[in-house]
Amino acid sequence: MSALKGLSGSLAGFPGFALRRLVGAVVTLFAISVIIYLVFYVAPGDVAQITCGPRCSPAQVHQVAEQLRLDDPLYVRYWHFLQGVFVGQDYSTGTSVQHCGAPCLGVSYQSGQQVTQLIWAKLPVTFSLVLGAMVLWLILGVGTGVLSAWRRGRFTERALTAVTLAGTATPVFVIGLVLMIVVCGQLQLLPFPQYVPFTEDPEQWAWNLLLPWLSLALIESAKYARLTRSSMLETLAEDHVRTFRAYGVGERSIIGRHALRGAVAPVIALSANDFGSAIGGAVLSETLFGLPGLGRELVHAVTVVDLPVVVGMVLVTGFFVVLANAVADVLFAVADRRVVLS
Amino acid sequence: MSPAEADDGVLRAVGDGVLPAARNGVLPAARNGVLRAVGDDVPGAVGDGRGAGGDGLAETGDGSGPAAPGGGSLVEVTDLSVAFGDLRAVDGLSFRLERGAALGLVGESGSGKSTVASALLALHRGTGARVGGAVRVAGVDVQAASDDELRRLRGGKAAMVFQDPLSSLDPYHAVGDQIAEVYRVHTRASRRAARARAVEVLDRVGIPDAARRARSRPHEFSGGMRQRTLIAMALACRPDLLIADEPTTALDVTVQAQILDLLHTLREETGMGLLLVTHDVGVAAESVDEILVMRHGRAVEHGPVGTVLGAPRDTYTRELLGAVPRVDAPRVAEGDVGDETVLEAVGLRREFGTGKRRFAAVDDVSLTVRRGETLGVVGESGSGKTTLGRMLVGLLEPTAGTVRHEGREQTGVSPSVQMVFQDPVSSLNPRRSVGESIADPLRARGERDEGRIEGRVRELLERVGLDPDHYDRYPHEFSGGQRQRVGIARALAAEPRAIVCDEPVSALDVTTQAQVVALLGELQRELGLALVFVAHDLAVVRQVSDRVAVMRRGRIVEYGPVDEVYESPRDPYTEQLLAAVPALDPEVAARRRAARGEPATA
Repeated sequence: MSALKGLSGSLAGFPGFALRRLVGAVVTLFAISVIIYLVFYVAPGDVAQITCGPRCSPAQVHQVAEQLRLDDPLYVRYWHFLQGVFVGQDYSTGTSVQHCGAPCLGVSYQSGQQVTQLIWAKLPVTFSLVLGAMVLWLILGVGTGVLSAWRRGRFTERALTAVTLAGTATPVFVIGLVLMIVVCGQLQLLPFPQYVPFTEDPEQWAWNLLLPWLSLALIESAKYARLTRSSMLETLAEDHVRTFRAYGVGERSIIGRHALRGAVAPVIALSANDFGSAIGGAVLSETLFGLPGLGRELVHAVTVVDLPVVVGMVLVTGFFVVLANAVADVLFAVADRRVVLS
Repeated sequence: MSPAEADDGVLRAVGDGVLPAARNGVLPAARNGVLRAVGDDVPGAVGDGRGAGGDGLAETGDGSGPAAPGGGSLVEVTDLSVAFGDLRAVDGLSFRLERGAALGLVGESGSGKSTVASALLALHRGTGARVGGAVRVAGVDVQAASDDELRRLRGGKAAMVFQDPLSSLDPYHAVGDQIAEVYRVHTRASRRAARARAVEVLDRVGIPDAARRARSRPHEFSGGMRQRTLIAMALACRPDLLIADEPTTALDVTVQAQILDLLHTLREETGMGLLLVTHDVGVAAESVDEILVMRHGRAVEHGPVGTVLGAPRDTYTRELLGAVPRVDAPRVAEGDVGDETVLEAVGLRREFGTGKRRFAAVDDVSLTVRRGETLGVVGESGSGKTTLGRMLVGLLEPTAGTVRHEGREQTGVSPSVQMVFQDPVSSLNPRRSVGESIADPLRARGERDEGRIEGRVRELLERVGLDPDHYDRYPHEFSGGQRQRVGIARALAAEPRAIVCDEPVSALDVTTQAQVVALLGELQRELGLALVFVAHDLAVVRQVSDRVAVMRRGRIVEYGPVDEVYESPRDPYTEQLLAAVPALDPEVAARRRAARGEPATA
């Protein structure tokens, strides 16, 4: 009861906070879309030629350009895009006219598929990758952090510090490649990653993703280990820890109940942030492990100048980053009741 | 009978024995006598009580440690020395504290008094400090005790109450849970029983609606309630000894009086011994039977509180007592107060916050300060005195009302009214030499000639009693008092007509405080400065002010010549404030306490 009451106290400013964040998110996403349109407008490359393919005749290229409305001025094309988002749009596939309902992010130049459907199909892959990795990096990171705060100044701590530092300093493709070569190639402990949908076979899903999860987690967990360690050491130096020591409370309780509690708020706030940026930044790991997620699709779309797909994907990942940031702030206020959202 | 008393063997035994008399006010004169009797002559009376208490503890499962022998002293410190690296914080200190007695360790900062308190619980263990000599607390040889024995001692037999009640509680856990945790460490009681005990002790220390408030987190409590919570935690395991390290330093004077009264009552009821560490002689006079004055880690004087404070033998003690400002000493006016009004505030109001959270920190305040005059502004935290000071200087814009400098309306800052800040550490840029800091106002006025600037700064340094050759030194190389002198020199550099001092001495030791106050008086006489002296310390304000304004909740509740206000206050709040100031004379203190009643159970 009173816990809820305390909570409602720290979340008293929530409606105003949510509204401000929402407005902020809309403005941010709008700005992102404008920038991408501008960038691709001035970018080199004949979109119609690329879309049509190398063996197209000039007449065919012209037809494609017309169909994709590539000859319209930039603002007209952007206007169509906005229309699509808010009211939906009709488009021709050359032979028939199809309707794409709001929110419509357009249609891929390449495949003629609706961008929203495309994203919907790829999202589970990216989500599986990031969520699993996050669980692992939290366990690894917080565990290492607690251990090194506990054994501060001793060999354990120095060893852990060295390992986590090495983790931070290594790029994902190095760790990923090494792991793949050793674990999948030589030892053959794990399969070379291949995406199996969770709904089809959960066991194979996890088994295949374990290696990508581990690679991402090894890198991210370093950050969490250091954050946990420093928050805990900070708390351990605080007066209230002295109080409990002076009351005969054992070191185990002091670490577990008091010091760790101080690290919870920053850790969950950071992980919410990282979740957002990992969704957006899955390009590298997905390409490396050959997982058909948003990141790999985005890279492909950029190389073939598939503007609607690029805009759609970036907006969706951008949305997750903004959302994750807001969630991080709320979680922080929940974890530390002294913070009031405003 | 409250549930706290019902299951508390200590309470009952002691309550039946000695204390009714004490509680009925025989105490003022007899208190020392009674308590000394407790320790020395009639160990039977309270000794039995403690015995019962010991059994009580044993029943709750804590009796496994070395049993406290009934005969020995509660605390025996022999030739204690504590060194951190090259620094000998405590140097050959010896004292005893009998069961049920109260000893005050008094000294200025750096005297080693808090180190002694920590040494009683071996809190230095594992920190690299070198501890020598012998410490016995409640029959435990603290130096030789195993970690387990120590844990049983800490909180179980001797409990410590710390200075800053905000930082001394875990911000993430409910206060009741924190007390319950400590209780469970010592008793292996069930969660439910521990919670019940937490509510019981919270109720005992006067937390209203304790069952509900036990679930609050520390930030939801006021400073006084947090301090009560810490005392409740100390009581939880019914210790023999309470070690209180500056328990009231962070509190307002009225709250301080309540906490000291609470400690007094609890001691009467439970027969706990008390070791009170404080820099404030008045606080000690209110609370202890014996006083030990410390300086540089050594005892300079030790004796009954009446004797030490009434007829000190040691020169340092005399010096210390001489420096303590007296709230009952009439102001010795020096210098002339002119007729011209230098600084004037008319209907000042300042609001903070928006919407529902909007409130007026200062509300319709009008005052005048004349040439050569000191106006004291006194009030507790949150009374708006600092906000007022900032508006007078022009650092804050008033929501309504005007500030006038020599009759002219003034907005924003001006060289003619300067400010001296409370914290001499944070109000000086640590990365710039003090000379540069003092030169700032000169440069701000457009002075470009480096030679003249340096000459003037050296002059100012000398004027505030610092060596002019210290121009190039950095703030960390100075002591607190010297830094405050730098702050004053900086304020003088602008050649102001008036200076607003916001708690200029509250961070300083009493002897340093007296020197800084004297310096301000000298400068005022010499330069005809008008001073506004904002402070929470009623005694200091009386010492320095010609007139005084008492503030409460943003308003001035009383305003007039200082002696008039202090001798015959018209406002009940002023009266309450004055009654709460600790008296240096233990007898007066006891009389006052009786007059205040017993707010702990109220």
